[in-house]
Amino acid sequence: MTVGTASRSEALFAALRRLTGDEKHQPSSHSTVDVLWVLYSRVLNVAPDQLDDPDRDRFLLSKGHGPQAYYAVLATLGFFPIDWLDDFAGRDSRLGHHPDRTLVPGVEISSGSLGHGLGLAVGTSLGLRAQGLGQPRVYVLLGDAELDEGANHEAIAYAGATGLDNLTAIVVDNDSATHGWPGGIASRFTVNGWTSSTADGRDHDAIEDALRTHGPHQPHVVVARVARKGS
Amino acid sequence: MRDRFVSVVSTLLDEDPRSALVLADISAAAFEPAARRHPDRVINVGIREQLAISVAGGLALTGLRPIAHSYATFLVDRAYEQIKLDLDHQGVGAVLVSVGASYDGSTMGRTHMSPMDVALIDTLPGWTVHVPGHADEVEPLLRGALHHDGPVYLRLSTARNLSPYADAGRMTVIRPGTPGGPLVVAVGPMLRPTLAAVADLDVTVAYTHTPRPFDAAGIRELAGAEVILVEPYLAGTSSREVSKALALVPHRLLALGVGRDDLHRYGTPADHAGWHGLDAAGLRRSITAFLG
Repeated sequence: MTVGTASRSEALFAALRRLTGDEKHQPSSHSTVDVLWVLYSRVLNVAPDQLDDPDRDRFLLSKGHGPQAYYAVLATLGFFPIDWLDDFAGRDSRLGHHPDRTLVPGVEISSGSLGHGLGLAVGTSLGLRAQGLGQPRVYVLLGDAELDEGANHEAIAYAGATGLDNLTAIVVDNDSATHGWPGGIASRFTVNGWTSSTADGRDHDAIEDALRTHGPHQPHVVVARVARKGS
Repeated sequence: MRDRFVSVVSTLLDEDPRSALVLADISAAAFEPAARRHPDRVINVGIREQLAISVAGGLALTGLRPIAHSYATFLVDRAYEQIKLDLDHQGVGAVLVSVGASYDGSTMGRTHMSPMDVALIDTLPGWTVHVPGHADEVEPLLRGALHHDGPVYLRLSTARNLSPYADAGRMTVIRPGTPGGPLVVAVGPMLRPTLAAVADLDVTVAYTHTPRPFDAAGIRELAGAEVILVEPYLAGTSSREVSKALALVPHRLLALGVGRDDLHRYGTPADHAGWHGLDAAGLRRSITAFLG
C-alpha cells in the first residue's frame, strides 16, 4: 500500500466517523465499506468530473440500507462536499437513510426497497449494449438477505440465460437472511449460467481479484463474505 | 388495436434508434420479425413482469426510450412498485402499453382483469394516460409518446368506437346539446355505448382519449350544472379531477365506470358491460335517473 492510498483510507474513516458521530465502533462495523472502497479506489472507471460520461462504469447500490459507507466513499473521493456528511437525514439534507440519485452526485440509482437494483442493473447493461457501449461495466451490490426478494431471481435467471457479460453482481454475505441459503449464495447464480468468485469481504486484494475475474458471454457474481452482524 | 400497436412499434424500432421494446412473453410471437432486425432493442424477459419494468427503468437510465408491454393486470397491478420506484423515483420515464383492458379478457376470469390500472397509475405524478377508442388513434398516440421522455400509459382495448377522433387529446364535442345543459364526458371506447344511450336526450357529449393530464379547462368551458363521466375503467377514477376543475362552480357529478366487485363470472365482455351498467341500456338507466 502506498502512502497516498493509506492517507486516502484514513480520510475515508474520518468521513465515516463524521457521518455517524460514532467514535466507538470501527469502520468495519459497516459490512460494505471494504467492497465499496476497493470498487471506487481500484476498479471502477468513474470520477466526479465524468458523471454524465456514457463510457463511465456504473455502480448501483441495490442494498440501500445503511448507506453511510457509500456516502463516506463518495465524499472522500470528491463527488460531493464533505460537509454534507454533517447533517445525515436532516430536513434539508441530501443524504438520507436510503440514497436518492436526484439528490446525490455520483449515485446512479435511488434505492431502499430491496430487490430493485439487480433488475435496474440488467436494464442498464442491456441499454449500454444496445448503444454499442462495450467499454463500461455495470456493478450492482446486494445483501444476502436482500436475495429473499423474488424479483432478484427474475433478474438472475434472465441475465444468465442471455449471457449478459457486462454485468457483475456483488453479494455482501453476512449470514443475515432469515432462512439462510443452503448450498451457498454463489450456486443461485451459477446454476443460471453466471461465473462466480468468493472472497473475504475484508481482504482488499482478494476483493479486487474477484472483481476482475469476469469473462466473456457470462455475467459474474462476487460473494464477499463478512462476519455475521454482532459476532 | 393490438395489431396496430405491433405494426406501429415495429416501424418505430426501425426509425428511432433510441426506442426499445421490453416484453414479458405476451405478444412476443407478433414481434418476432422486429426482434430479428433489432435483437438488442427487442427484449423478451420471459414471464417476469417485475423485471420487465426494472429493465425499462435501466434502459431509460442509459438514455433509451423504452416501451414495456403486457396484460394490464401484470404490467401495472403486479409491477406497481417497480413502476413507482424503478421509473418514477429514478426520475425516468417509459411508455407502458397494456392489452386486456378491464374485462376484455372476461373468459379468463378475474385473474386477467384490471379495471383498476388507471387508478393505480393515477397515484403517481406527471403521467400521461391514453385510452384510445379506435385503432386509428393508436399510431399518433404512440408516435407522440416517443417524442419525449415522460411517463406514458397507453391502454389498448378490444372495445372500439365507430369512428376515430385522433385529435381528441382534449375534450372534444362529438354531439352538442343546449349550451349550459348536462355534459356527458366519454373516455375511450365508452363513446359508442354513450352515444347510443343518450341518442334522444338533450345533452352535450364530449370525448377524449387522453384522461391524463385531465383537460380541466375543457370541462370548465363545457360544463353546466350536471356532469356525467363515463369511463371504461374503475368508476370514479376521474371524479377527483372533475371536482378540482369545477371547485368554484356548483355542480352535480355522476361517475360511471366499472364497479369494484369481483363478480366471479366469465362470459363475454358484453356480458360484463351489462353487469356493470356500461352497455347502452345500463348507461341510459343511470343517466336518466340522475337527470330526473
